[in-house]
Amino acid sequence: MKYLTFAAGLLSATTALAEVPTLTVYTYDSFTAEWGPGPQVEKAFEEVCGCYLKLVAAGDGAALLARLKLEGARTEADIVLGLDTNLVQAARDSGLFAPHAVTAEYDLPIEWSDANFVPYDWGYFAFVQSRDLAAPTSFRALADSDLKIVIQDPRSSTPGLGLLMWVKAAYGDEAPAIWEGLADNIVTVTKGWSEAYGLFLDGEADLVLSYTTSPAYHLIAEEDDSKTAAPFDEGHYMQVEVAGKLAATDQPELADQFLQFMVTDAFQSVLPTTNWMYPAVTPEAGLPAGFETLIQPAKALLFSPEEAAELRDPALTEWLTALSR
Amino acid sequence: MADRAQPVSGAAGVGAAAFVAALILGTLAAVALRAEPGKGLGPADWQALRFTLMQAALSAVFSVALAVPVARALARRRFPGRAALITLLGAPFILPVIVAVLGLLAVFGRAGWVSQALGAVGLEPLRIYGLHGVVLAHVFFNLPLATRLILQGWQEIPAERFRLAAQLGAGPGAIWRLLERPMLARVAPGALAVVFAICLSSFAVALTLGGGPRATTVELAIYQAFHFDFDLGRAALLSCIQIALTVIAASLALRARPGGGFGAGLDRPVQRWDANTTGLRLLDTGAIALAALFLLLPLAAIALSGLPGLPQLPLSVFRAAATSVLIALGSTAILLLLAVPMAATVALARHALWVELAGLLGLAVSPLVIGIGLFVVIYPLADPFALALPVTALVNAVMALPFALRILVPRAQAVIGDYGRLGASLNMGGGPFLRLVLLPRMRAQIGFAAGLGAALSMGDLGVIALFADTEVATLPLQIYRLMGAYRMEAAAGAALLLLVLSMLAFWIFDRGGRWHAEA
Amino acid sequence: MLRLEDAVIRNGEFTVRADWAVDGGARVAVIGPSGAGKTTLIEAIAGFRPLERGRILWDGRDITGDAPGKRPVAMLFQDGNLFPHLTVAENAGLGLRPDLRLNAEQKARVRAALTRVGLAGLEDRKPGALSGGQQSRAALARVLLQDRPLLLLDEPFAALGPALKVEMLDLVAALAEETGATLLMISHDPDDARRIADQAILVAVGTAHPPQPTAALLDNPPPALRDYLGET
Repeated sequence: MKYLTFAAGLLSATTALAEVPTLTVYTYDSFTAEWGPGPQVEKAFEEVCGCYLKLVAAGDGAALLARLKLEGARTEADIVLGLDTNLVQAARDSGLFAPHAVTAEYDLPIEWSDANFVPYDWGYFAFVQSRDLAAPTSFRALADSDLKIVIQDPRSSTPGLGLLMWVKAAYGDEAPAIWEGLADNIVTVTKGWSEAYGLFLDGEADLVLSYTTSPAYHLIAEEDDSKTAAPFDEGHYMQVEVAGKLAATDQPELADQFLQFMVTDAFQSVLPTTNWMYPAVTPEAGLPAGFETLIQPAKALLFSPEEAAELRDPALTEWLTALSR
Repeated sequence: MADRAQPVSGAAGVGAAAFVAALILGTLAAVALRAEPGKGLGPADWQALRFTLMQAALSAVFSVALAVPVARALARRRFPGRAALITLLGAPFILPVIVAVLGLLAVFGRAGWVSQALGAVGLEPLRIYGLHGVVLAHVFFNLPLATRLILQGWQEIPAERFRLAAQLGAGPGAIWRLLERPMLARVAPGALAVVFAICLSSFAVALTLGGGPRATTVELAIYQAFHFDFDLGRAALLSCIQIALTVIAASLALRARPGGGFGAGLDRPVQRWDANTTGLRLLDTGAIALAALFLLLPLAAIALSGLPGLPQLPLSVFRAAATSVLIALGSTAILLLLAVPMAATVALARHALWVELAGLLGLAVSPLVIGIGLFVVIYPLADPFALALPVTALVNAVMALPFALRILVPRAQAVIGDYGRLGASLNMGGGPFLRLVLLPRMRAQIGFAAGLGAALSMGDLGVIALFADTEVATLPLQIYRLMGAYRMEAAAGAALLLLVLSMLAFWIFDRGGRWHAEA
Repeated sequence: MLRLEDAVIRNGEFTVRADWAVDGGARVAVIGPSGAGKTTLIEAIAGFRPLERGRILWDGRDITGDAPGKRPVAMLFQDGNLFPHLTVAENAGLGLRPDLRLNAEQKARVRAALTRVGLAGLEDRKPGALSGGQQSRAALARVLLQDRPLLLLDEPFAALGPALKVEMLDLVAALAEETGATLLMISHDPDDARRIADQAILVAVGTAHPPQPTAALLDNPPPALRDYLGET
């Protein structure tokens, strides 16, 4: 039966190909989920492009890039959507991406200009906790406290790598000392965000590494205002999620059109309550009610892709050394 | 026995084994060939290897040591619900990792039931995270398997021996020396090696319960090599090390091979005359009760946390469940097509060691590496997405093959030993012997193997992640996706659905094998 | 005629030598001390044990290399002569077609054979639902249907009571008579041998001796056989 469905799909895709072009976008899993931005974005773009938008899910951001490298220039992808700043340099080095021509007034806390990659949303990493807990105000305060945290492994998880960069950006050469101080607060390190957040919700830890926007989910989707994020004095590291056009695309115009569409209201207004991140360009109607309750970090931290690529391996070694004692 | 004196040929089994070996070693080679110059193995990798070996060894020792009293208790006690308990105790083995870990932590975690009970009487919560936590989790997963392997050993001691011992007035101590210790010396190495091999490829369990990067395993290093560094050469190299370790462990296990695996006759306690003292009764009752509590409480936790989520399951979860069932059926069919001929070939003692080793490769290979390898091989030829279902079914079958063989081989040996000559003297060809003798005589074991294969396939994330299109998500993948979208309650509901479906698949096949089975 | 030509059969540490012939239609007992190689000899003739040297011929045709099922041999083992999951009719039917694809005529022959051995009406029973004697009869029905010129018995009735055993041996003798088959049967009981077999092969000290009249052999046993038989 599945085979029939597949054959029918193939058939319709072939006939469709003759009439309307298809734009293939590789993205991460949660983007294409029925509760993610994918379905709405697909509908909105297909209304204006006269094309089929084919969203292909491939794990997380790192898996996305790995897969693209496996496929090389023969990839069917026209667009890759879902890399973050920690992956941008590696993506650039692959030589698979083409320059873009998108212009937009980004509402990012930092300046953004990149020849290949267009940002579509962003967020701050933060420790999420229960509102009735006295929030730690910095990594040092956290390290000195008895609070228990659960974090993700930087080798297998995007937020985990973000935390590595966060400590490095805030403390530079003192990062190893911070990690050593945190060691007795860390309940455990998980493979991915889901495990960590699940453990936190089950009460295994007082705080979990996530995003400042996480409480918005509980507030808006579950009408539960018991969660908040701890604002840290040293500032919060950012995650900026970007998309880029493949150099080998057979739909260069459509790809350009999609990247430009990505920074318009139709796309951006979907993101806050599906991806639970800040849109790169705030929609005209503003952010959904509830987002105003989120903490606003005093300082945004972010390494350039070049710096991030350079710092990654030494920072990982420091982390491993500090936590393996 | 001369070759010509057997009714079945070993050719099909050798072919199946060659196919499995080619699949696994071929994909590994594909990854290695695709590799660009990398940085090779670093000190962190060797550290990971040391930790992997240590936790696998400890997990194996504890799983088997604890399985001995449980198996002995199950071997010499009859009580209502014994068969159901043995089936249910198998559940942890087929659970998806993330579900099992959350269930375990609901019981043994800092905020778990045990810690809450300790807190109520003013005691510190359990400290579960660390090497002991890793071992605890692996014992949770593997105690049922070890118990079944050892229970089988007990039941292979002929009833006449116990009768003789009873007639001689041998007490428990004498029986231990005369019968049980020699049996364990034969069975335990195999059980140790199997659990050791399973724990070699642990990743998320070891990391999460290990409490940090100290608990880095080779499988995590492989994941890191691929995702973090895109160093395919290192991934292939690490995978080779994993395979080498498994093959070494497996060779030891096969050398110390018990007469049987964990197939037949689990519902048939041996009549015993020696263990009727009150002390031994209490000991056995305690062993069974503790094992049942240890294994069933986390399952209860999964069920409890899943119930509220059941009503809010989105339609996509049921679609994913249907996909998983479909894959499980396909995977089970492939599994039997591979395992039955291979078991027959091993039973004929024809190229037995090679066929067994090929079968064990499924335990040894990293699912990630086999996924990448298949992707590299398939990509130039066809659309990997279009092949997501068959590829997943195939890989799941290969991963379940080692267990299926352990179930099928002893029975195939017994059937061919008992009836091979009769079949040969009646001039039965391979086909009629298979149809009229081997398959009917192995029905219960085939059902058991099929049930285990279907359940393992249901719970396995395997390679689907790399191949999955949005439409062909499996249930485990859908659970991860729900969790990734904050929808923990729905994810817990889906996990309960998965648990129920897996157990159901196991139960249906297992029962089907025994339905109207004679003699 | 069955001929063993300069045959040497190895079973682990010891060997059995044989160089003789048995006439077609003869009924021969194989006797001798335990462990002397009676079963080894029978297994070699049935094709379950290769010859180290020499040949086995049936009616002048060399069958040394033939698979067990391709030999002109029907054999009953000490145990395990029936498949417990198949019915009596199916077990017997295997003697006609080992793949059990029987046509109406063949099914009728199966019924007739079962009637001949006294199992009419029990066609659909499984072996587990039969008595020991009935199980033996079912196996004999299959032998009848196999219709092979050489019948080998490795003490298939050893577990039966004395009266039943005699009854079965008589049935075997009658069947062999009817079909004209040559019979080779291992026996531990001199009375059985006298009753059924006109000739006997003595297996002792690594040699299977040529067949000789049973009565003469038992009345005047050589030393090896005398020790085995005891006071006689």
